[in-house]
Amino acid sequence: MRPSGLTAVALQEALRKMHLIRLFEEKAESLYALGKIHGTMHLSIGQEASAVGACLALKPDDYILSTHRGHGHCIGKGAEPKLMMAEFFGKDVGYCRGRGGSMHIADVAGGNLGANGIVAGGIPLSTGVGLSIKMQQLGKVCLTFFGDGAANEGAFHESLNLAAIWQLPVVYICENNRYAMSMPVEAAFPIAQISQRAVAYNMPGVTVDGNDLFAVYEAVKTAVTRARAGEGPSLIETITYRWRGHSKSDRQRYRTREEVKAWQARDPIAHLEQQLLRAGLLDEAQLAEIAAAAQQTIEASVAFAEAAADPDPASILEGVYA
Amino acid sequence: MLKQMEAVAAGGETAVTRELTYAQAVREALQLAMTRDEKVFMLGEDIGVYGGAFGVTDGLYEQFGPERVRDTPISEAVIAGAAVGAAMTGMRPVAEIQFMDFITLSMEQLVLQGAKIRFMFGGKATVPLVLRTPAGSGTGAAAQHSESLEAWFVHVPGLKVVMPSTPYDAKGLLLAAIEDDNPVIFVEHKLLYRTKGHVPEGYYTVPLSQSEVKRPGRDLTVVATSIMVPRALEAADILAQEGIELEVVDPRTLKPYDAGTVTQSVIKTGKALVVHEAPKTGGFGGEVVAEIVSGAAFDYLEAPVRRLAGLDVPIPYNRELERTAVPQVEDIVREARALVQGAY
Repeated sequence: MRPSGLTAVALQEALRKMHLIRLFEEKAESLYALGKIHGTMHLSIGQEASAVGACLALKPDDYILSTHRGHGHCIGKGAEPKLMMAEFFGKDVGYCRGRGGSMHIADVAGGNLGANGIVAGGIPLSTGVGLSIKMQQLGKVCLTFFGDGAANEGAFHESLNLAAIWQLPVVYICENNRYAMSMPVEAAFPIAQISQRAVAYNMPGVTVDGNDLFAVYEAVKTAVTRARAGEGPSLIETITYRWRGHSKSDRQRYRTREEVKAWQARDPIAHLEQQLLRAGLLDEAQLAEIAAAAQQTIEASVAFAEAAADPDPASILEGVYA
Repeated sequence: MLKQMEAVAAGGETAVTRELTYAQAVREALQLAMTRDEKVFMLGEDIGVYGGAFGVTDGLYEQFGPERVRDTPISEAVIAGAAVGAAMTGMRPVAEIQFMDFITLSMEQLVLQGAKIRFMFGGKATVPLVLRTPAGSGTGAAAQHSESLEAWFVHVPGLKVVMPSTPYDAKGLLLAAIEDDNPVIFVEHKLLYRTKGHVPEGYYTVPLSQSEVKRPGRDLTVVATSIMVPRALEAADILAQEGIELEVVDPRTLKPYDAGTVTQSVIKTGKALVVHEAPKTGGFGGEVVAEIVSGAAFDYLEAPVRRLAGLDVPIPYNRELERTAVPQVEDIVREARALVQGAY
C-alpha cells in the first residue's frame, strides 16, 4: 500500500501534481473553447498516475523526455504551471518563449528535455542522453515516455537495442493508453503485452497498472535503481487510458462511451485519494485542501499568462542558431 | 592555395605544412579535436577497428579506444538521435553516416529534432554536433551510394552545411564545425579523399560561412562546390592557355552562405557560372544564382548567369553514363568558354 521510502509529504506532493495536471488540462481545454488559445492539444486526463508515479522515482537532476501528450510529464518533473500556461498562450515568458506551444514544452534547466511532436521522436534522443550520462559519469538516469503507437516505430527498436548493447542508464516507459490515435493495441500488436519486447533486447520488461501511482512508482524505482547502478536500461509498460480524444479533431468513432465510462470509473486521482485515506495518511479535509490549492495555482497561472507579453516579432529568428 | 599559405604564415603558430590527403586531413582534425576536448567523441558504423568505410578514421580507435570511437549497429536513426541527445546534455558528438544516401534513414532525428530543438525550446537548449558523411558519385556504386543531398539540409533552418574541397579546408572547417554550438552537416566527397594538398600541422580553424576565391581571374566567376572546385581549377588551367582567366570561388559553407564574396567577384568579372554535382533542379546553384541577380552584382552582369549541374537522374552504374550524369572538366571548359565568348 505505502511503498517504502515515500514520505507522507512526498505522497501529498504527488497527489497535488496529479490534480495540477488534471486541472491544467481542463483549463486548457476550456480556454481553447473560448478561443483564448489556438492550435491543438493532446490531453492526458486519466493518465496522471503514470506521469507522476514515474517522475516520483527520479532525482531533481535526472532527465526526462516526453511526448505530444506531455503536460503531465512536465508537471510531474516539477515544471511551473504558470510558465507552461504562458507557453500555451504563446507568451515570451513561457518555457519556450512562445515558439513551442503545447507540443514542445521543455524545461531544460529542470531536466525536462522536451515534449515531442513526433511519435517515437524522443526515444533515440533519450538513448543519446543515456550515453552522455554514462560517458560523463554523471550518475543520472534518463526516463523517456512514449505511447503504444511509438513502440511500432523503427526508432524504438534501434534505440532500445543500442541502449542495451551499451548498457545505458535509460528507462523506457511505454504509456499504453490502448489507442494509437484510432488504432487499438489489439490490432497493432501481435503480442499481449508491449513489455514482452524487452526480451528481444535482453532487458527487464514489466507491465503495470498505469492508473495506480504506487504500481508505477515501484516499477520505475526498480528500473531507475538498476540504471543508476550501471546495470542498463529497462522497459516498463503502464496500462492506462486517455479520457479525451487523441486531439481536438478526434470524433472518437473507434471506441464506445461505455468503454470510456468504465475507465473513468478507474480514475487514478480518486484511486490515490482512497489509498491515502485508507492508509490514514490524509483525511477528507486535507484531500479537499490539496485539490483547492491546485485549483488556485491553475487560476493564478492563467492570470499570469494572460497578463504576460507576446514575443516581439522582431525577435523571431532568436534561437534558430546558437 | 596561395592565399591559404599566406594566411597560415600570418597566423604564426602553424608554420609547418606538408602534403596530406583530404582523408588524412579529416582524420587529423578528428584526432586534434578529441585530444583537445574530452567531450568530443565519435559514433558511427565501422569507424572503429575497420577504420571507416573509406579509411578516414583509421587508427583513431587504437588511439582513443572504444568509448570515444564508438562502433554502432546499422541504425542510422539512432546514430543521429543519440548524437542529438548527447549534444543536448554536454557532449560534442561527431557522428558518421557511412554514405550520404543513408542519411535518408536519419532524417527525422536530424531535421525534426536536432535542427529544431534549440528554436522550439526558446533558445534554451544547445545542440553542438557534427554529422560527417561522404557524398558523391564517381565510384561505380550506382544510385543508392552516390547521392549529393546537401540542398535538402540547406533548406532546414537550424542546420549548418559545410562542404570542403581541399585538405586544408577539410581540416580547418571540421575543427570549426566541432567548435560550433549548432548541428553541422559536414559533407565530404569520396573522390576527394585521395587528393593531396598542403596542410599545416597543429590546430587551426577555417571560419564557417566564409566563401573563398580559390583562383583569381578577370573573365568569368565560376562558383563551384566540393569535387567541382578541383574540376573548375583544372578547367581554369586549360582555358588560361587560351587567354581566358576564370575566377574560381568556393562557398565552402553552404548554410549560412556568404554570398558577398561571390557578389564581389561577379562585380569584377561581369559573368558567372555555378557548378555543382547535385541535380540542377532545386539544387544549391539556384540559391547562388538568386543571390547574384538580386543584389549589387546585378548591374554589372554582362551575360546570363548559367548553371552547370548534375542531370536530373539517379546516378547510373555504367562508367560512361555515370560520368555523363555529373559535370566533368570538359563540360566546365566548354560552358565557361561559351559564356566568356558571348554565346548566351
